[in-house]
Amino acid sequence: MIDWGTLFSNAAAELISPTTAAYALAALGLAVHFGYTGLLNFGQAGFMALGAYGYAISVLTFGFPVWASVLVGIAASVVFALILGIPTLRLRADYLAIVTIAAAEIVRLLFTTNTFVDVTGSANGLSEYKDGYRALNPFSFEGKAGFGPWMFSANDWWNIVVGWSVVALACVLVWLLMRSPWGRVLKGIREDEDAVRALGKNVYSYKMQSLILGGVFGTLAGMIFIMPRAVIPSNYATSLTFFVWAILLLGGAATVLGPVVGSVVFWVLLSFFSGFIARAVEAGWIPISAVQAGQLRFILVGVAIMLMVVFRPQGLIGNKKEMAFVK
Amino acid sequence: MSSDITPTNKPVKTVGLHVGDAAPGCRKVDPILIADGVKRTFGGLTAVDVEHVEIPRGAITALIGPNGAGKTTFFNLLTGFDKPDSGTWSFNGTSLAHVPAFKVARMGLIRTFQLTKALALLSVMDNMKLGATGQLGENIFRALLPFLWRKQDEDIEAKALELLARFKLDAKKDDYAASLSGGQRKLLEMARALMSDPKLVMLDEPMAGVNPALTQSLLDHVLGLKAEGMTVLFVEHDMHMVRHIADWVIVMAEGRVVAEGDPRTVMEDQAVIDAYLGAHHDTDLGQTDTGHVEALKELIDDEQ
Repeated sequence: MIDWGTLFSNAAAELISPTTAAYALAALGLAVHFGYTGLLNFGQAGFMALGAYGYAISVLTFGFPVWASVLVGIAASVVFALILGIPTLRLRADYLAIVTIAAAEIVRLLFTTNTFVDVTGSANGLSEYKDGYRALNPFSFEGKAGFGPWMFSANDWWNIVVGWSVVALACVLVWLLMRSPWGRVLKGIREDEDAVRALGKNVYSYKMQSLILGGVFGTLAGMIFIMPRAVIPSNYATSLTFFVWAILLLGGAATVLGPVVGSVVFWVLLSFFSGFIARAVEAGWIPISAVQAGQLRFILVGVAIMLMVVFRPQGLIGNKKEMAFVK
Repeated sequence: MSSDITPTNKPVKTVGLHVGDAAPGCRKVDPILIADGVKRTFGGLTAVDVEHVEIPRGAITALIGPNGAGKTTFFNLLTGFDKPDSGTWSFNGTSLAHVPAFKVARMGLIRTFQLTKALALLSVMDNMKLGATGQLGENIFRALLPFLWRKQDEDIEAKALELLARFKLDAKKDDYAASLSGGQRKLLEMARALMSDPKLVMLDEPMAGVNPALTQSLLDHVLGLKAEGMTVLFVEHDMHMVRHIADWVIVMAEGRVVAEGDPRTVMEDQAVIDAYLGAHHDTDLGQTDTGHVEALKELIDDEQ
């Protein structure tokens, strides 16, 4: 029989998990890119990989402290954004999409190749980079603490607090920026960049600033993402980018809290579906193997997102009025 | 369509703009914009090949010509939206060669587009505010500190409200620009262009697709720009509008300036008739745009 209690409590745990926070932050970066500026970045996984590897390599290979490792990751993503942006931001939006998806794959393959195995760990990835970060942890209890479904160890709580604090700060930053004249220029560029150019704004520079800002969010998300797990290159495949896009569209593209809501809904649903299917297969309700069950959850999430896009195209918290004018 | 317009008051024309005969490329008493040898080719097609042209300051100049004459391309070249193969051009004595479009706009040369570019999912007010130049809050770091730009933003908003009232769009200020009608978008685009206090306003077909009922108010707004001391250069196919408000007319055909002069005389110019009707129009009309033929015939009849 299905243990509904465990099922719901596992799903509830995803509500505040650091992974949810990481995806929310990466999606917020895409909101800056796509929702506010109209840039099609299909390489968010590349930015996240740079964050993960930038941090881990700085700690393991160079022995940098936590703050310096974070800065290295951010610097790497700024350079990455410049490399992507300089040739493509003068062109139409589609070119950026093509270049970013290819560049993210190049980044992943560079980290996977055996040539740099001493530094990147090749396909095995990296681990043992968490000591400095954990030394900063103010929680020091043994075992698990919390309430209800949210019983976590001290290290888990530290990941949660750090992850969601960064998300909250990023949300405030985006909110402040998007209600300023700077945000107004970005939204103008999204609607028609030639019109904005004709009004005396340096469109190229604004698009570059947006690409860098959203990319840095992706990088920080990559760092939050590796704190509860190890760095594995296969995590940064294009499917990661598409999950982040799904979260963005689920929540609402041109909103500050949409990515957060989208990420929470996505992960809770994913956890619920995977738990439900696994147990239903065990109980003999569904005649498929356990391996097939693992894939079925993504199909169900895909169906849920399709229903969402058909019946609520502005996203969960998007502005319905905006859709009235979309052709 | 436009023949329904009955101008209530005849606008005061500015005269004595040129030096010497009113020939193509003639010198002006006080030019604001001078173009020399501006040439743009697309493959084998020469879209624009202007030897010399001067736009008089403080007047309304119309740029007319049949379809494909290179008027819009010339506009794009002058405003930095396209790069010519060769040539020099200057605005207020400053060379504009290799100056990007946004810097041209900051110098006070603001253009509008043939296909109206209202920023659809921004409110009418945000559209207007975007038009103001030199905003402190448009820097990403200062944007985070509202106390630095709030005062300036309020001033900009007050100015935008004033302009919107003038263009009768103030009731729409909180609506998305997407909800405006085609004519209202033209008005919004013109109002937005005025937010930066431009010196030269370049309007690309301001009347295209505008309901005749709105035409008169648009004409008055264009005349209002001149009254405020701005220079206007506009592309237009509506000959009635040209004759009614233009102080000076420049005629382009096949990329070249073929005639210049005040609107009354230029339309009788043989080169202009040839450009619109073809040099052998009395033998074969061929593929000439019949709309213009009729408009021009009507004009000539009117004058006689």
